[in-house]
Amino acid sequence: MRTGYDLELVHLTKRYGDTLAVRDLNHVFVKGSYVCLLGPSGCGKSSTLRMIAGHEDVSEGSIVLDGQEVSNLPPAQRGTAMMFQNYALFPHLSVRDNVAFSLRMKGVDKAARHARAGELLELVDMTHLADRLPAQLSGGQQQRVALARALVTQPKVLLLDEPLSALDPFLRIRMRTELKKLQRELGITFIHVTHGQDEALALADEIVVMNNAVIEQAGPARAVWASPRTEFVARFIGGHNVLALSGGKATVRADAVTLAEQGLPATVLAVEYQGASVAVTSKLETGDEVLALLPEDQFFKAPKSPGDAVRLAWDDRRLHRLEA
Amino acid sequence: MASRLTGNRHVLGWIQALPLTVVLVGFLIAPIAMIVAVSFWGATEFSIYPAFQFDNYEFLFSSPVTYRVFGATLKYALITWALTLVIGFTVAYFLAFHVRSLTMQIALFLICTIPFWTSNIIRMISWIPFLGRNGIANQTLISWGVIDEPLEWLLYSDFSVILAFVHLYTLFMVVPIFNTMMRIDKSLLEAARDNGASGFQTLVHVIIPLTKPGIMIGTIFVVTLVMGDFITVRFMSGSQRANVGRLISNDIGLLQYPSAAATAVVLLCTVLIVIATLLRFVNIRKEL
Repeated sequence: MRTGYDLELVHLTKRYGDTLAVRDLNHVFVKGSYVCLLGPSGCGKSSTLRMIAGHEDVSEGSIVLDGQEVSNLPPAQRGTAMMFQNYALFPHLSVRDNVAFSLRMKGVDKAARHARAGELLELVDMTHLADRLPAQLSGGQQQRVALARALVTQPKVLLLDEPLSALDPFLRIRMRTELKKLQRELGITFIHVTHGQDEALALADEIVVMNNAVIEQAGPARAVWASPRTEFVARFIGGHNVLALSGGKATVRADAVTLAEQGLPATVLAVEYQGASVAVTSKLETGDEVLALLPEDQFFKAPKSPGDAVRLAWDDRRLHRLEA
Repeated sequence: MASRLTGNRHVLGWIQALPLTVVLVGFLIAPIAMIVAVSFWGATEFSIYPAFQFDNYEFLFSSPVTYRVFGATLKYALITWALTLVIGFTVAYFLAFHVRSLTMQIALFLICTIPFWTSNIIRMISWIPFLGRNGIANQTLISWGVIDEPLEWLLYSDFSVILAFVHLYTLFMVVPIFNTMMRIDKSLLEAARDNGASGFQTLVHVIIPLTKPGIMIGTIFVVTLVMGDFITVRFMSGSQRANVGRLISNDIGLLQYPSAAATAVVLLCTVLIVIATLLRFVNIRKEL
């Protein structure tokens, strides 16, 4: 699988004074993949991204891109480009000049850099607004401009720092479709930092779950979701119930839990209608809370309310043992 | 009912605006109107009399002294502006972008304001023993062997006047520039670096354009203060240099109020023209 054009983190460590933000990270990002760094705030995912980008010094370890150690290079010489959380568009420059900024820094003449900026604006479908100032654009439009500006340098790796968090939910879903489409067309590596598991699942070829400065689990989106390695991953990625069984903890997927005649007795705590399914949260006698995702038609054949006694059942083959 | 309410609100609005209107009319509009009116009055060696004549202006515009003095005033303003801009921008840049902690920024900023704890005049006069013929500066330079004779141009010269102006007014440049710089999103600087801009390119293409409104406000402060000043020029030049402020103060000393008023009106117009020109270049509205 290794091609030599991968991005590799080797014993990457980041310290701020005494606090360890990133501890001894080792990971290979496969070329041309869409990778999501997923984790709660303060888990070190942003620090990792900023170290790859070159906006944060590496305390220990190295970053290797394309067979070259880049951790001491300035950001622009690494072959990476970053898209900032708040887009960081230059407010005094027009959309076209924003996109052409890096070319201007390189001394490319006006006609050539405007032509190149035009191509990128075409790519993100913003040609008609090229003369506007950033303040005159909506959030989604600003994001496209930021994307065009990052791509104009022809990076090998595009780094996205929570790119969708500033958008409203509808736009977020639309933009993530566009991000994925763009990544597939360009064929370059996207590394996308997010704390939203739905975003990660929707976009990523590979998910890297981080917590407390280390990688908890990394792998293809389906693999991570289907078999979380640790309790943290199971809880963070959602849709799983963590149960304390004899001989360690195990998870069972919420959609594998059913309400049955026989099974573990429990009391319903909350019922949430979600359209296609109904989420029923109930409490076992052991104190564990279990979420059951029931198909809508099944639930409404025998609807339950909070406080009702139910029995929960699942196929034991669908239990997944956790390592930690 | 509704119309009565809006009527009331209308009256209420006027009442709320009244105190400020009274203050502005009483302390700004009326004095200026008075000066403009008096500038058309006539004067003899021993009396002034109400009139509407252009004698004062005629005399002012026909005298070569006027042009020299206005020239000197503009020269002081221009040189002081350039120096305060360079120093003020550098200090503000250091405070805003090099000092990382907010506490440190506030502490250093307060240190900048220490000179303002004493009066203008004391700060000016304190230069005199330093710059004088046998002052500290000359003695030190002689003891170092840099010069053999005391430098004459240190005190009572254009040099000392401009030095005092820069000393007095640099903070008026630092504050607005610092204020604008603090509003610049730090991620813009990272974005510039990410796009391959060197430190100097970031300064020229990002920081300076975004700091323009602050520079403009500082410029207006410094230019108006220097152009309206008379005491600094008098003290620091040992009464050997003139600017428009001194022209006016001399006329007042001789009880030539109409002539002083005419000069003041011309000075006011000059300053307003300068500011209007500056405002054409930069939009400061978003700073206010």
